[in-house]
Amino acid sequence: MKTETGARTEEAPSGAAGGPGAAPGRGRGARALDARSLVRPAVIAVLVICFLLFIPSIFSLYYVDAWTQVAIYSIVTLGLGVLVGRVGMVSLGQGAVLAMGAWVAARLLFATGLPFPVVLLAAGLITMVLGTLVGLPALRMSGLYLALITLMLAGAITVALATINFPNGGNGFTGYDGSTVHIPPIRRPSIATTDPAFFRYSVVAAILMFLLVLVHLRGRPGRAWAAIRQSESAALAGGINTTLYKLWAFALASFITGVAGGLVAGSYRYLNSLTFSTQDSITLLAVVLMGGAYSMTGAVVAAILLKFLQALLNDWGVSPDWLTILFGIGVLQVLTTAPRGIVEQMPKDLARLWRLLRGVAARPAAAREPAE
Amino acid sequence: MIEVSDLTVRFGGVIPLDGMSVTFERGTCGLIGPNGAGKTTFFNVLSGFVKPVSGQITAFGEDLLKMAHYRRARWGVRRTFQTEQAIEELSVYEKVGLIHEQSKVTGSSRREDVLGAIDFVKLDIDPNAKVRTLGAAQRRLVEVARAVVGKPRLVLLDEPAAGLPEEETELLSEVIRAIPEHMGALVILVDHDMSLVSSCCEVTAVLDFGRLIASGPTDEVLRDERVMRAYLGTEEVMA
Ligand SMILES: Nc1ncnc2c1ncn2[C@@H]1O[C@H](COP(=O)(O)OP(=O)(O)O)[C@@H](O)[C@H]1O
Ligand SMILES: [Mg+2]
Repeated sequence: MKTETGARTEEAPSGAAGGPGAAPGRGRGARALDARSLVRPAVIAVLVICFLLFIPSIFSLYYVDAWTQVAIYSIVTLGLGVLVGRVGMVSLGQGAVLAMGAWVAARLLFATGLPFPVVLLAAGLITMVLGTLVGLPALRMSGLYLALITLMLAGAITVALATINFPNGGNGFTGYDGSTVHIPPIRRPSIATTDPAFFRYSVVAAILMFLLVLVHLRGRPGRAWAAIRQSESAALAGGINTTLYKLWAFALASFITGVAGGLVAGSYRYLNSLTFSTQDSITLLAVVLMGGAYSMTGAVVAAILLKFLQALLNDWGVSPDWLTILFGIGVLQVLTTAPRGIVEQMPKDLARLWRLLRGVAARPAAAREPAE
Repeated sequence: MIEVSDLTVRFGGVIPLDGMSVTFERGTCGLIGPNGAGKTTFFNVLSGFVKPVSGQITAFGEDLLKMAHYRRARWGVRRTFQTEQAIEELSVYEKVGLIHEQSKVTGSSRREDVLGAIDFVKLDIDPNAKVRTLGAAQRRLVEVARAVVGKPRLVLLDEPAAGLPEEETELLSEVIRAIPEHMGALVILVDHDMSLVSSCCEVTAVLDFGRLIASGPTDEVLRDERVMRAYLGTEEVMA
């Protein structure tokens, strides 16, 4: 009893709300670090703005749509990256979570006149609840078992969605009318009805989702996740409520994936059960591993592999089966030689290539030297 | 003070703790025994990772077994692990401060505590350095800092000196000896290095096959015949 009070008084000064701890001692390198940490966001901001302005004007509508998909799916791969890379929970159910988000958003867009951002938010929140349920097995199992059970749940959800169908403007809870001849398209935001405008809209939404995740990673949950990934017992010994933080990760991933589902609904405009397959969940994991589950850039690379490459091959008339084979080889390569994915491997490979080229360029000079 | 009575743990057919009863009063207490004697399992029970089939543990008047495992650390049960648990992507400051962050100690008291703990273990490094850049001995000290930060009540050290060279062990032993006085905690030290145990611990308990076979002043315990016999045939040669 007495000790319990002791613990409370220890917590008492927390009245002024959490917030990440003040940075420790103004170390020597602190100022240099500040300058460097400003350069990166600036570069990224400039790149993003160029991207927003130029993509719709230099690419054909076909590729603008491909880039829209890249923006949307980078949110999905980011969510899966948090689960796999940051917490160490392999989920094969994120494709189904995306489908749930799309279903909810489509239903709301047909049934209500709510503004599009509100629908996205609602789809995110509802999917968050459903997706966290998909994550519940993670509290009891890990590794292969978790992967299998989430895959089975994904399969069940896909079947269920195929049975109740995606909303097509009908009435009732499911919003599906099988007898409709003229199917109305899913509503888009009034400021983004055209494809280039919807592309920009999606990029902005994706940036917001990336910022949301960044705030988590930099804060208390990010550090707790890092501890859990290292070792669950060590995390517990550090006072971390591992149950809470694992569910938190699933909630965050499901929320942003739900928002992405809303964007999918808006970009496709017509959804049916063929839009999403259970295999998508597996492909998602493959590209996330290839891109690099540990980094946010890796999520973008993963989305490019998934959606831009697909559009490119399709444009060139190459069978999409090749993509499956390519992903298979890619995952093998990642698992055997580059566990941190393309984002970390590429700079290393480029550096090696650069050294090689420099070596080749320097050779004539080196050959002359002994002669002198 | 911690009182353990009749503690039994079973993993299927294995009984790593078999009716263990022991009392640790204050200061730094040793817990020794051959490999597989059940020392780590005992720590796991105290941390809440392993549920005993029977037994009672009272720590500072509180029933420890009733407490949720993640709460125990906040309450004051701290430990290091036999295998390294470095969280490479965090900085030293972040890692040592994890527990404070969870128990919501904020502001200047948190900073003071964390920097104080890093100072206490005599880690002479930039607190912003990433754990991945540290050497083995420094990482070990970070683990100890993490175990003593804030208000620890019970600090469990599981073979903290394993694999460390002699001078590093010497430094570590100074730090361990200082914990009870500076941090006000009871320390239980498990190690196979008998000179470390005798230099840190006034009293020592000996486990063998999950039973307590001796306890008392360290030098007497180490001379005890049953203890010598328990260690015979294991890799440890008693002085
Ligand atoms: N999780 C577990 N499952 C089954 N047996 C275990 C488990 N943990 C420990 N043991 C067994 O319990 C016994 C005591 O182990 P441990 O407590 O690690 O010994 P010590 O730390 O004293 O060397 C050993 O025989 C070990 O194999
Ligand atoms: Mg052990």
